Amino acid sequence: MQIIKDKQIVDDSWSYIADDAELKDGDISVSLARWKKDKQQLLKSNGKIGVRIGPADSLEDIAADLKDIQLIELDFPAFADGRMFSHAWLLRGRYNYQGEIRATGHFVRDQVFYLSRVGVNAFSLEKTEDLPVALSNLNDFSVNYQKSIR
Amino acid sequence: MYQYNDTDQTLIEQRVAQFRRQTESFLKGEISDDQFRALRLMNGLYIQTHAPMLRIAGPYGLLNAKQIRKLAHIARTYDKNYCHFTTRQNIQFNWPQLERVPDILEELAEVQMHAIQTSGNCLRNTSTDHLAGVCIDEIEDPRPYCEIIRQWTTLHPEFAYLPRKFKIAVSGAKHDRAATQFHDIGLHLVKNDAGETGFRVLVGGGLGRTPIIGQVIKPYLEKKHLLSYLEAILRIYNLFGRRDNKYKARIKILVKESGMEKFSELVEKEWLLIRDDLELAPDRIEAIKAQFAPPAYETDAAQDTSFAQQQLENKAFATWVKHNTADHKVPGYRAAFISLKAPDSPPGDMTDTQLDAVADLADQYSFGELRSTHRQNLILADVKQADLFALWQQLDALKLATPNIGTATDMICCPGLDFCSLANAGSIGIAKEINEALDDMDYLHDIGDVKINMSGCMNGCAHQSVGHIGILGVDKKGVEWYQLTLGGSSENEAAIGERLGPAVAKDQVTQAITTILDVYIKQRLEDESFLDMVKRVGINPFKEQVYADN
Repeated sequence: MQIIKDKQIVDDSWSYIADDAELKDGDISVSLARWKKDKQQLLKSNGKIGVRIGPADSLEDIAADLKDIQLIELDFPAFADGRMFSHAWLLRGRYNYQGEIRATGHFVRDQVFYLSRVGVNAFSLEKTEDLPVALSNLNDFSVNYQKSIR
Repeated sequence: MYQYNDTDQTLIEQRVAQFRRQTESFLKGEISDDQFRALRLMNGLYIQTHAPMLRIAGPYGLLNAKQIRKLAHIARTYDKNYCHFTTRQNIQFNWPQLERVPDILEELAEVQMHAIQTSGNCLRNTSTDHLAGVCIDEIEDPRPYCEIIRQWTTLHPEFAYLPRKFKIAVSGAKHDRAATQFHDIGLHLVKNDAGETGFRVLVGGGLGRTPIIGQVIKPYLEKKHLLSYLEAILRIYNLFGRRDNKYKARIKILVKESGMEKFSELVEKEWLLIRDDLELAPDRIEAIKAQFAPPAYETDAAQDTSFAQQQLENKAFATWVKHNTADHKVPGYRAAFISLKAPDSPPGDMTDTQLDAVADLADQYSFGELRSTHRQNLILADVKQADLFALWQQLDALKLATPNIGTATDMICCPGLDFCSLANAGSIGIAKEINEALDDMDYLHDIGDVKINMSGCMNGCAHQSVGHIGILGVDKKGVEWYQLTLGGSSENEAAIGERLGPAVAKDQVTQAITTILDVYIKQRLEDESFLDMVKRVGINPFKEQVYADN
């Protein structure tokens, strides 16, 4: 499976582990609930750790752990759920998170420009054939009015 | 008036290109109805009863002659030769073809106009006082701050998918002509004890299904903190506003449900964290202010004696001056309203011919600029008194000089069932009927200041809940009925109208309105306005007469 990361189409090394599935080797991401429950076990795993958060999750729950987390997945339940844009901004602007922030789920490629401006640097699209167009959408605008993350 | 720089121009051109791609994608079936809906709405494009409706931004109501001519051209080329001015100082076209909307946007970009964020659940066009910069009761001209806010809101990456639409209004005068108490955020320029100017910030006001008067969240905000404070409110709203029910998604419901104390605590906490990083530099404010510098007024304009003479000689002109012009801060100048409420024309509508002619009048008499008002009229804000007679004659020939500004026939009216897919009932037809019933100008002027607002559904686009007389169309088992309210106001003493009684049938509305006005004429005290009388006597005397025969 391919994704966009740092303005390039690349192979994805991560797997998402459902809450009821066994943990496995390699780079894995889990839900915020799973992270809270199995944090100690996850910290001992041999790969990198990611946490998937939804719009209603509070970043304060995870702020102290961000140093141990290499990927935050912003999982869109619906493309119009704008809370994800504030979550991304808060991760970069407030918590100074330096790892990967990836948009997943039901966002649309017309949103990648705004998402990149609030600090999202990776995009996993529902249809991989849309990746080249989404990559070009990152350049929809060459100017902007507001200070944001980028 | 603000002139675009390269950044502004590039941005709107890139937005046109983006929307062209989105429209092509949709027409090819690559994106769903639902996805395209969100994208097109953020560019002002609705799908209406008959055709798409395109809403174009009139930034804080300010337009120049070139832009007006472009609107005339668009009305001619892409629509049925007319356009409609809205209560939020925007412009609507009711008949464009979806395929041609990108071309319309490209034409608009040539004259520094766009349709960005004129609909959808995002930050909308900022509105203001239509007499900004010229009125006699101004603390400071609000337009530079409107422009700063316009730029900040335009394509804001974090707040493009809010729980619901979000409207900001700014007033710089003592008299609130911008309905700031009924906006998601209302900003009032005020002076503090040290004599410095800043903003009183209101939040959580709104009309629609649940009309609520905004509350003060910050009695005094320094200007340099304007954007950080707006950002703090928006971030809290974006994160915590309700998304489960669109009728409870406006910020007014969040403020109401969390309580003002809790809400302002959240905002304050957020604001303190971002405040220093988002400060507005004084030179930025000054640079924008410079773009709104007063035009080159003639210093001897007040020396003219013809104006007084013409009023003495021509009663119709004197009547027009009395009702359709407003005092100006510069001696010898007045602001002249262009009434879009002629008896035989839908409120707020204007033809391509009228638009072209008015553009010429703006060039000739008012420094090439024109404004739209939140009561759906236009204003030439800077007319020399010596020019008013000639202006009046030309407006009269264009059917744009009906002397009814501020009177009962100066109605705010939504497009209603005739155009809008949300409407439950017609409104334009009733406006016409009321207009015909009140065709005696002397009677109309005797009634004086009465604001009638009429919406064809609960969404309340025509602000019926703050009309001195409000008319709301409702559907009862497929039949159009109308609820009446009295005593609403969107000005300083903001109030939500009280319901008069059961809804009346369509053919009874005009009769009910004339009955209400008759009760006022008979029972008013000397010099008492309609609104003051409603406040004094309540709704009962009106109710008794309106329902007397039922």
